[in-house]
Amino acid sequence: MSAIKIEHITKTYDKGNVTALNDISLEVAKGELFGLIGPDGAGKSSLFRILTTLLIADKGTATVDGFDVVKDYKQIRGCVGYMPGKFSLYQDLTVEENLTFFASLFGTSISENYDLIKDIYVQIEPFKTRRAGKLSGGMKQKLALCCALIHKPTVLFLDEPTTGVDAVSRKEFWEMLKRLKEQQITIMVSTPYMDEANLCERIALIQNGELLSVDTPEKIVASYPQQLYAVKADNMHKILNDVRFYENLQSVYAFGEYLHTTFKNDEAQIESKLTAYLQQKNNSGIEIKKIEPTIEDSFIRLMTEASLIKQH
Amino acid sequence: MEEKAIICKDLTKQFGDFVAVNKISFEVDSGEIFGFLGANGAGKTTAMRMLCGLSFPSSGEATVAGFNVFNQQEKIKRNIGYMSQKFSLYENLSILENIEFFGGIYGLSDRQLKEKGEELVNTLRLQKEAKKMVGELPLGWKQKLAFSVAIIHKPKIVFLDEPTGGVDPITRRQFWDLIYKAADDGITVFVTTHYMDEAEYCNRISIMVDGRIDALDTPTNLKKQFSAETMNDVFYELARGAKRSDN
Repeated sequence: MSAIKIEHITKTYDKGNVTALNDISLEVAKGELFGLIGPDGAGKSSLFRILTTLLIADKGTATVDGFDVVKDYKQIRGCVGYMPGKFSLYQDLTVEENLTFFASLFGTSISENYDLIKDIYVQIEPFKTRRAGKLSGGMKQKLALCCALIHKPTVLFLDEPTTGVDAVSRKEFWEMLKRLKEQQITIMVSTPYMDEANLCERIALIQNGELLSVDTPEKIVASYPQQLYAVKADNMHKILNDVRFYENLQSVYAFGEYLHTTFKNDEAQIESKLTAYLQQKNNSGIEIKKIEPTIEDSFIRLMTEASLIKQH
Repeated sequence: MEEKAIICKDLTKQFGDFVAVNKISFEVDSGEIFGFLGANGAGKTTAMRMLCGLSFPSSGEATVAGFNVFNQQEKIKRNIGYMSQKFSLYENLSILENIEFFGGIYGLSDRQLKEKGEELVNTLRLQKEAKKMVGELPLGWKQKLAFSVAIIHKPKIVFLDEPTGGVDPITRRQFWDLIYKAADDGITVFVTTHYMDEAEYCNRISIMVDGRIDALDTPTNLKKQFSAETMNDVFYELARGAKRSDN
């Protein structure tokens, strides 16, 4: 049995004028760490709210841990943990009071499931008498995760837990998720950071309410259909504008210290031909090399294809 | 000699015993794209507020666009633009109404407003949406619009506080095209981001840790200095030593 099964879910807002989710189907296996990768407005939060029984879909069905999200909402609320994108704990209660409150709501106590939260809770325990509203962003996030875990959920939903969090705290957070996975908890986590996709077992790339692809990060990257090149020069802004007018160009965009480009004809000596063109345009320090794509490259490609299909 | 856009010397902000910003010193050249990085709670926002004339420093010196942060705050405000991840245009005004409103505040004439409005709508290809409520636009468009409005009065410097947070990868890059264009037009860009690939798009970067600036150089030199492959590694190397994690 799948931990999460979504079949043809559609959700619209504003009397059908805004489509948040369009015919979404996917399954998440028990114990899987599954990532929902996409920008703001892609439909990630709507999907989370449907799966946690807080929102009813227009069409389609979904089950969580075998329970139907509409009929069996009570069972689902008892067995899932949910960390919404917006901090939703009681700001006026202390760290410890919040945790005790959530534990007692689910008929349990902090001590009963302490093992599960220990690793995370020890980091905020020194501040257990501090009001939640007075915590830093990173500590709020850890407390919210503890509160979502305190009743030992079978499925954990984390909606953008790392948004606006710096690179160091993000890394720590993902290490915590890996340890939770070892406890057999199914985790569905969303993020707008493409580099976090590689930390999931399987991912769904989502954009404008539609799934662009669902697979392991490795397979998504491997299905990139073309050779990708990294190009750089001393003046990156100049070279970007010059490459944009290169005859054989298919796509080019900035990617950190390099430009990433693909070509219409993957002909021989592509490197030397492009170098000649760029030298003629007075670029210096030119470097061109073949590279493997990343998830972000795949996302950009799939997004472009999806919007081209829409236009035709 | 070209005028510096920002000069900062031992700038400090203290809240009681807590030194939020601890003697930071740096200079930003006119027309430069300057990345202002740091972990959560390192003091970026506090520093930025002082530079924007919104908060008095406890000690040190700084000029922004040639004006003193202690006694010329109003002049600073008139010569800078500001935009943050939190959308700040009026959602229930149309694009053109927002342009008129913010341009008006910055003292643009009716004729300038009309010209600027048309120019901006054309550049962003928002002709069809010009009379739509801004709240109806997708996030990426909103952010591009907010940026264009933030520089509508051609400020000397624009401050961007995580402008691309949560934006899709294609729009993020279009946003950086706008940043480059602004820099070409002579506007100095002071930008914070959590995306390390974007750090590479800056001419120079500073990295704040616990209220101090612990590194400042071009992305290439920083990678050399820390023997790191990527900016992500440089950032991690510096920020993991941080004692503070508070906002």
